[in-house]
Amino acid sequence: MIELKEKKQEKEKVLSMNTEQSIEKQEKKLVYDTRNLNLWYGDNHALKDINLPVNENEVTAIIGPSGCGKSTYIKVLNRMIELVPSVKTTGEILYRGNNIFDKSYQVEELRKKVGMVFQKPNPFPKSIYENVAYGPKIHGVRNKAQLDEIVEKSLRGAAIWDEVKDRLHQNAYGLSGGQQQRICLARCLAVSPDVILMDEPTSALDPISTLKVEELVQELKEKFSIIIVTHNMQQAARISDKTAFFLSGEVIEFDDTDKIFSTPKDKRTEDYITGRFG
Amino acid sequence: MMNSRTVNKIWTGVFYAIALFVVLLLGFLVYEILKSGWGFWDLSFLTGESSNTEAGGGIGYQLFNSFYMLVITLIISVPLGLGAGIYLAEYAKPGKLLSFIRLCIDTMASLPSIVVGLFGLLVFVTATGWGYTIIGGALAITILNLPNLARVSEGAILDVPDSVKEASLGVGATKWQTIVKIVLPTALPQIITGIILAAGRIFGEAAALIYTAGLTTPILNTAADLSSPVNPFNIFRPAETLAVHIWKLNSEGIVPDAQAIATKAAAVLIIMVLIFNILARFVAKILQKRFEGGKMKRKKQPQTAA
Repeated sequence: MIELKEKKQEKEKVLSMNTEQSIEKQEKKLVYDTRNLNLWYGDNHALKDINLPVNENEVTAIIGPSGCGKSTYIKVLNRMIELVPSVKTTGEILYRGNNIFDKSYQVEELRKKVGMVFQKPNPFPKSIYENVAYGPKIHGVRNKAQLDEIVEKSLRGAAIWDEVKDRLHQNAYGLSGGQQQRICLARCLAVSPDVILMDEPTSALDPISTLKVEELVQELKEKFSIIIVTHNMQQAARISDKTAFFLSGEVIEFDDTDKIFSTPKDKRTEDYITGRFG
Repeated sequence: MMNSRTVNKIWTGVFYAIALFVVLLLGFLVYEILKSGWGFWDLSFLTGESSNTEAGGGIGYQLFNSFYMLVITLIISVPLGLGAGIYLAEYAKPGKLLSFIRLCIDTMASLPSIVVGLFGLLVFVTATGWGYTIIGGALAITILNLPNLARVSEGAILDVPDSVKEASLGVGATKWQTIVKIVLPTALPQIITGIILAAGRIFGEAAALIYTAGLTTPILNTAADLSSPVNPFNIFRPAETLAVHIWKLNSEGIVPDAQAIATKAAAVLIIMVLIFNILARFVAKILQKRFEGGKMKRKKQPQTAA
């Protein structure tokens, strides 16, 4: 009798563990699902059959040597790549279930939800306030009190409020590189995005500013999903949850960051991580 | 055998000499005109009525006509030139059509002004039945100035760094919003400089106006109705401008002091052109200071007279 009871208890335990696991799996929703993406610059086949699911509230890093397609890929995610005239794509990219290449999909809405921080800081030649308020104004916010609130919240979110709160109406160009990059991040946050794309955001910054931005990324992932392209492997290992290794336009390996960096499955990944090339 | 350092010194000297020569040439020209036109600042000359028969005529109406013509021409040509510049810089796709458009613009830029004037005579004076009018003159000058304004606007817009445009699109702005809120404000100093320089040329235009705005000006009366040819602001009236007046005095002037009036008028014209040029540089400097601490690269401006 006691044996039967024990067996029953064990079964229940296993059952509850299984449901817990499946609930955990369900909780991690997909924010981006790239399926069979191919991209050509004219005749140059730059991205080959990319399949990459990205979870929400995670930091996903994309690493790889120069020219492997990682910048190209991240620019497809918010369709900024379309600024290049000779670009053709096939395949689909689902952002929260909707194919972003659909004719009816409004690219301005996509870019509002999916913000981007570029490699070189590119604030507008306007005041700090105007830089951050630009996004909300574009999307229809007119009320000054509301704008003031959004600007403060965004600058706090980018950990730069204290440094600039007394000079909001000075030109953003007077700030240092690291500060400008954080203004760009604040500008991005001001439109309440869902995903933040970062294209080598710290490669033009000094080590201290880099550290500040990396800390920010860790804080931001609580509320946003972050996809970051970096050529700095240590950075990827430090701040990301998942890492994708790109080579010559293909995804060679995509896994949890610690698995990629400790036990990579593909030899090419291992070669890149250990510095044998790239 | 000359060593290379000596050759270098010689050529440096040559280039400095050329620059000095240009300055001296301009200085000589301005000096000569101001000398013969001495007394041009006399208020009764500047505001007085011109005379077709007696000595002592002034250039008041002609001066007013030049300014008014300038204003009307700018009202027409600036939006058109700016629009063309925006199209070329932001919307045009490389290809046969674009090459053709550029060819048209470049051809327009090389049209002799007298030919444009004759065209104006055929269309804006005769075909429309308007006779000599300010608007006819303004339209003719627009044809001459459009390519220049388009080029200046296009250049100014292309000078705005792509990264800034990308940043705007990246937060979800449309192309139009990006142009209006980011690109044009940034390109404005260069565009305004271009417009002021164009104004200097418009002010001094003669050949295109002889057959479009005419050689006479009615006795102006501000009390008259706007549609009357004596109201100074009526654009459908003949209007001899200052430059045209100089030409007329020297070719058919029968007043005894024609020569004197012409040189004094020329002095006024030169002074105005100099003022426009200095103003252009001054305005550009001020507007650029607004980008305080700006790290934006400003391309070295080639000294075009286009």
